[in-house]
Amino acid sequence: MYVAVKGGEEAIDNAHGLLAHERRGPVSVPDLSPDQIENQLALAVDRVMAEGSLYDPALAALAIKQSRGDLIEAIFLVRAFRTTLPRFGNGEPVDTSAMAIERRISATFKDLPGGQVLGPTFDYTHRLIDFMLAAGVTPPAPAEVETDFEATPRVTDLLDGQGLIEQELPDDTAEVGDLTRAPLDFPADRDLRLQALARGDEGFLLALGYSTQRGYGRTHPFVGEIRFGEVMAEFVPEELGFAVPLGPVTLTECQMVNQFHGSAELPPQFTRGYGLVFGQSERKAMAMSLVDRALAPASSARTSPPRRRTRNSCCRIATTSRRPASSSI
Amino acid sequence: MRHEANGAKPATDPDIAARQAVMATCTGATTAELEQALQGLGDIPAASDLRGTENGLVMLRGRMGGDGRAFNLGEATVTRAAVRLDDGRTGFAYQLGRDTAKARIAAILDALWQGPERAAVEAVLTPIRDRIAGEAAAKARRVAATRVNFFTMVRGED
Repeated sequence: MYVAVKGGEEAIDNAHGLLAHERRGPVSVPDLSPDQIENQLALAVDRVMAEGSLYDPALAALAIKQSRGDLIEAIFLVRAFRTTLPRFGNGEPVDTSAMAIERRISATFKDLPGGQVLGPTFDYTHRLIDFMLAAGVTPPAPAEVETDFEATPRVTDLLDGQGLIEQELPDDTAEVGDLTRAPLDFPADRDLRLQALARGDEGFLLALGYSTQRGYGRTHPFVGEIRFGEVMAEFVPEELGFAVPLGPVTLTECQMVNQFHGSAELPPQFTRGYGLVFGQSERKAMAMSLVDRALAPASSARTSPPRRRTRNSCCRIATTSRRPASSSI
Repeated sequence: MRHEANGAKPATDPDIAARQAVMATCTGATTAELEQALQGLGDIPAASDLRGTENGLVMLRGRMGGDGRAFNLGEATVTRAAVRLDDGRTGFAYQLGRDTAKARIAAILDALWQGPERAAVEAVLTPIRDRIAGEAAAKARRVAATRVNFFTMVRGED
């Protein structure tokens, strides 16, 4: 039986009124401004930008306020907003080797040119609750050291120079797939996979990444390098014909390095997985690079043939060498 | 200058490179700073919209492995403005974010910079450049303080 197609409007209106009331909370507590969220909950803002697939910190901060801190709801809001705007065009590929580094770590190359730079990290903080924060204590000014802006080449470029790692070949004639404009077809090419991973849910990617190492696969990758900082976004408008600097964007890049034992055609070398994410999103960039590496087709140097079938073949992730790595660089 | 500090490739043509540097300064400026810069120029030709100032998107791209084929990373909000001065000069601005007032002033400054006001525009932008460069340098010094300096431990029996 089909009844009551009307009649919910008042309840819905009242529910939204109640939502606004609950969002504000007790008026004795000061209202939270989007500026405060943007600057003091910066990593939540970064996550919303990355998974909302829209770089706009102020908008992401407002979405977090509107969603009462539910980041996935905020991501929905940002994605919906994105669909309301026209696209002017495609930017120039960013040059991450020229990044103004704020953090840069390598597990494979300890004493690397440019150095290991810890940056604003949670590492070594012991994960103890800091009750001083509740007391509203102003932190002391951070230390400063004079710097001469030493170049910080990518670790993979250094390994590449020694012929130790598979090469990436730039090909700017190739069309770049866009999954926001055309339905995704499987198996998807790597450009589409990376686009999907860059906007994918961090928790889901993390689980997939772990499963390639400890679950269905037994890969043993190393963090070749993880870095974050600002790069200049550029766009070439038709009416100008040269690259216009749009402004700096903060990105996190992860290069995962994996062993490859060589094949009939290829010498033994390291293979790589790549992660690039909006904002300071280290966990996500690492998970992305693990999954990128795992999704490489078996025909490439990126995967050695699996020695035995995975127990559960419904998993789409290609497994790599099942032997744990015994050496690092 | 932030443009160079972040490694964007300046054009080989020095005129275009200088224009890009002005545009980069305008993206890093606040709306209030640009309003003040425009006021600092005194009497300038009136500007009309060549195309309405509007918000839109640019798809940002990365490269596989940092140096391989391009892929779509995600979009960014961008505001664009195009103005024509009374004397016929045109100016353009494309900036991250949704600030239409700021983009329109940047487009006017771009138009003025291409004529006899070039030196004056550079002059009013200098304090903004200095502020941006100063903040970038301070940030770099704070980051540099977190760089690990390894030293070799000498073992007792050696």
